[in-house]
Amino acid sequence: MPQYKKPMSNEEFNLNFAQIKPLMSDTEAYYESSRCLYCYDAPCITACPTGIDIPLFIRQINSKNEQGAAKTIYDSNIFGYACGKVCPTEVLCEGACVYNHSDVKPIEIGRLQSYATKKSIDSGKKHFNFKAPIGKKVAIIGAGPAGISCGAELSLHGVSVDIFEAREKPSGLTVYGVAPYKITNEEVLSEMEYLEAQYGFKIHYNKFINTRSEIEELQNAYDAIFLGIGLWRSSELGIPGEELDQVTGAVEFIEDLRMQKHQTQIGGKVIVLGGGNTAMDAASESCRMGAADVVIAYRRSHEEMGAYAFEYELAKAAGIRSLFNVMPVEIIGSTSVSAVRFVRTKVEDGKVTVIDGTEFTEPCDWVIKATGQSRQEDLLDMIGIGRSKSGNILVDGEYRTSHHKYFAAGDAVSGGQEVVNAVAEGKKAAKAILKNI
Amino acid sequence: MPSLHVNFAGIKSPNPFWLASAPPTNSGYQIMKAFDAGWGGAVWKTLGVPIVNVSSRYGSVNYRNSRMMGFNNIELISDRPLKDNLKEITEVKKRFPDHAVIASLMVQSKKEWHQIVQDVTNAGADGIELNFGCPHGMCERGMGSAVGQEPEVLKTIVGWVMEVAKIPVITKLTPNITDITQPALAAAEAGSDAISLINTIQSIVGVDIDDFTPYPKVDGKSTNGGYCGPAVKPIALNMLKNCAQHPGVKIPISGIGGVENWRDAVEFILLGATTVQVCTAVMHYGFGIIREMVAGLESYMEDKGFATINDFAGKALPKVVLWEDLNLKYKVVASIDASKCIGCQLCYTACEDGAHQAIGLTGGTDRKPYIIEENCVGCNLCSLVCPVEHCITMERRDDGLVNETWEHRTETGNIPTTFNDRLAGGLHHTLPDPMAALHVKKPRHYGTKKQS
Ligand SMILES: Cc1cc2nc3c(=O)[nH]c(=O)nc-3n(C[C@H](O)[C@H](O)[C@H](O)COP(=O)(O)OP(=O)(O)OC[C@H]3O[C@@H](n4cnc5c(N)ncnc54)[C@H](O)[C@@H]3O)c2cc1C
Ligand SMILES: Cc1cc2nc3c(=O)[nH]c(=O)nc-3n(C[C@H](O)[C@H](O)[C@H](O)COP(=O)(O)O)c2cc1C
Ligand code: SF4
Ligand code: SF4
Ligand code: SF4
Repeated sequence: MPQYKKPMSNEEFNLNFAQIKPLMSDTEAYYESSRCLYCYDAPCITACPTGIDIPLFIRQINSKNEQGAAKTIYDSNIFGYACGKVCPTEVLCEGACVYNHSDVKPIEIGRLQSYATKKSIDSGKKHFNFKAPIGKKVAIIGAGPAGISCGAELSLHGVSVDIFEAREKPSGLTVYGVAPYKITNEEVLSEMEYLEAQYGFKIHYNKFINTRSEIEELQNAYDAIFLGIGLWRSSELGIPGEELDQVTGAVEFIEDLRMQKHQTQIGGKVIVLGGGNTAMDAASESCRMGAADVVIAYRRSHEEMGAYAFEYELAKAAGIRSLFNVMPVEIIGSTSVSAVRFVRTKVEDGKVTVIDGTEFTEPCDWVIKATGQSRQEDLLDMIGIGRSKSGNILVDGEYRTSHHKYFAAGDAVSGGQEVVNAVAEGKKAAKAILKNI
Repeated sequence: MPSLHVNFAGIKSPNPFWLASAPPTNSGYQIMKAFDAGWGGAVWKTLGVPIVNVSSRYGSVNYRNSRMMGFNNIELISDRPLKDNLKEITEVKKRFPDHAVIASLMVQSKKEWHQIVQDVTNAGADGIELNFGCPHGMCERGMGSAVGQEPEVLKTIVGWVMEVAKIPVITKLTPNITDITQPALAAAEAGSDAISLINTIQSIVGVDIDDFTPYPKVDGKSTNGGYCGPAVKPIALNMLKNCAQHPGVKIPISGIGGVENWRDAVEFILLGATTVQVCTAVMHYGFGIIREMVAGLESYMEDKGFATINDFAGKALPKVVLWEDLNLKYKVVASIDASKCIGCQLCYTACEDGAHQAIGLTGGTDRKPYIIEENCVGCNLCSLVCPVEHCITMERRDDGLVNETWEHRTETGNIPTTFNDRLAGGLHHTLPDPMAALHVKKPRHYGTKKQS
């Protein structure tokens, strides 16, 4: 059972959503950096999608050259601060640290990374020399990790960059989707401000690109267009009762949570549908919002959950319960939801089949759907961008889409990964764009 | 139960652990507290001519997260009135009659020496230590290391002291000299009952790279100080060995320099010391460390079957020989225990860049390196850098039947004499072509253009 009291103020919200990777003090950073072995051809570097030279920046921290450390980090990953806090380091750099092979705790690479980059963000120190303008213009749709990473790299090489963003804040899901106990809005936005000041790309906010005329305008005015649009709204389940009040999508709920904080509507008994990381996050977050009972309901078995083990552990620690091998068939209620009717399932040859006669009803006050995100099909059809069966944008090895002027990367291509993957791909796409314009 | 009791040149002490003459022995208050905690003896902070001190006074060498691995000071001798010190010596002896109280002294003229020796004897001190070691502040006034660096001057002054001394006299030596046995011999010849070594090593501990002032800083300036702490132990052990092996130095030796725990003490004793003195470790951790020192030494002696300190004092000395007496046929090679290896590849890079290119990588996903035995010279380096205990061991490869030293080979005319002599070492090593350095696969942190 969740042990959290409903937060009634911003302060109480911050307490319930206390940072799980808090900033290091100078002393802690010094001690932790002392432990790094400075491995040869270090496996932590290989495990980082952006290939940060981890032993180098840790050594720089240890010799009290934090700005140099920040430069090393930003050189590979311009979301250096955010990634240090939101990356699933357990399965990336820290999971690869050689210390895992002895019985010694791996180096806290993520926290060291945020420690060093914070010094640059706070001081506003600029690290890079920009190439003279090369007379080319690129438009970027979406100011998420992929778009900003691509834009920063292009700016560095003298390209004039305009980023068009539908929302009013930059960083995409980093500020609108990641769990608040991983990073605060202020932290995300201060890094974004630092990047904007340093790189000089322009972000045009509240510019949702969705009409043919807007698209044509961009195509005429720019040498290339990069699609960093990520994924779209939470997927529909296609069962009766979805339109009832207090039935919401996970990304919508989380966006609300990040913006409204303690004023977010949630409570009582919450059923979260899904078995991925987003489901774990939404469940954990419901607990921390003071919900009395939070149940994760997943179609398959525990072992088949898409969520990382540590994310499931985190949700369990927050007080969730789980139902495995159950599928929702109907959401019941008059205006608001009052229960979900499930049927039990089994998995045969990898396929989920329902077991007849096993239906049961689970009462609840809220339903959060975390069974995936849809795609912006209208926009992509309008431009004429080829997609895979699951709706992901198809690109070649150079991040080129089926339309010669369009490049794409990030969640819109991968179908949903991590911030760090979007950053890595955005940068690679920029390099490809530079070759092609 | 072994006995830790020692009789050092006539000074009796319940154990061989003494506090060195330094800030921890500045007052009767501190020394009583130390004896109460279990210290066997204390060498009082050096008494003598009046001085003034500066502020600040100390600097430190930190190695990564280890603080005060090396420690440096520009402090002088006691700045407290002599009569207060004498009074407190009497008080301490009254309360702790079985503990050793040694008065450290430093004055200039013969008359002053005679007077102060008598004063501390009357106060009840068990012995005297002559401070010929301080490497800053006092030497400029013709005392401290200025004496310790001149064996003839040292001999004269020890002579003055011996004329009046009724209690044992220890001469404390400075390491700021090429051959430590010269002042040691001079002290012995002048009749000193014992020697103690080392005092601090002349040093500059570091420089503030922002305001260009070395540490410790005194109003924007600094001066050279005396270096001590764990970092100086190897230098102290070598000087101790030199004195203890010298046939002319037959007097007892009190070992000083980087002693921090019972293991350090055992090492000093094995190389010939019969008491040890401690300063930095107490300045760092306080008097309480004595419990671990006494308990550790006791159980070591019990395990080894040593009944007294003398049972093992100097036991390592026969094992320190000249280089030319080492067995050239002895051959070890490195061996990696793959079950312990964590794949950090520090051994690889150390041997590849810093030794003999005798470690290889498979290049696959298996990060565990392997030893190329033909190239391994048995230098130990890889086993020293390996972060995992007992992972790289050095395995013996010769048959152990032949002992052939440089000395033997010289006698039989079997030594290399020209630069290209086939008898020279190293000729059989397989070295890569120098140009290969520019083409071999290198990881990212080498930052070279020729990356893999
Ligand atoms: C609930 C949740 C939790 C997550 N937690 C983590 C985590 O802890 N750690 C982690 O590393 N990753 C996490 N992720 C994944 C991570 O957020 C994404 O992989 C990453 O943000 C993808 O970056 P992107 O730039 O491709 O897309 P997004 O971050 O989605 O950014 C796309 C941007 O484009 C804008 N946009 C879209 N369409 C248009 C348009 N037509 N016109 C103008 N603008 C448009 C959007 O408003 C948005 O700002 C999480 C994801 C979710 C959903
Ligand atoms: C294995 C080894 C061999 C050395 N050989 C030499 C030498 O041949 N000639 C020399 O002038 N110094 C030699 N030195 C001393 C070093 O040049 C240097 O003065 C000393 O190691 C102190 O520097 P450090 O504290 O950075 O090691 C050697 C040092 C080491 C560790
Ligand atoms: S693997 Fe661990 S110890 Fe090795 S360089 Fe990376 S962080 Fe340091
Ligand atoms: S002992 Fe020396 S030469 Fe042999 S493998 Fe180790 S480092 Fe290389
Ligand atoms: S140094 Fe030790 S742990 Fe590291 S790769 Fe070599 S043998 Fe393995």
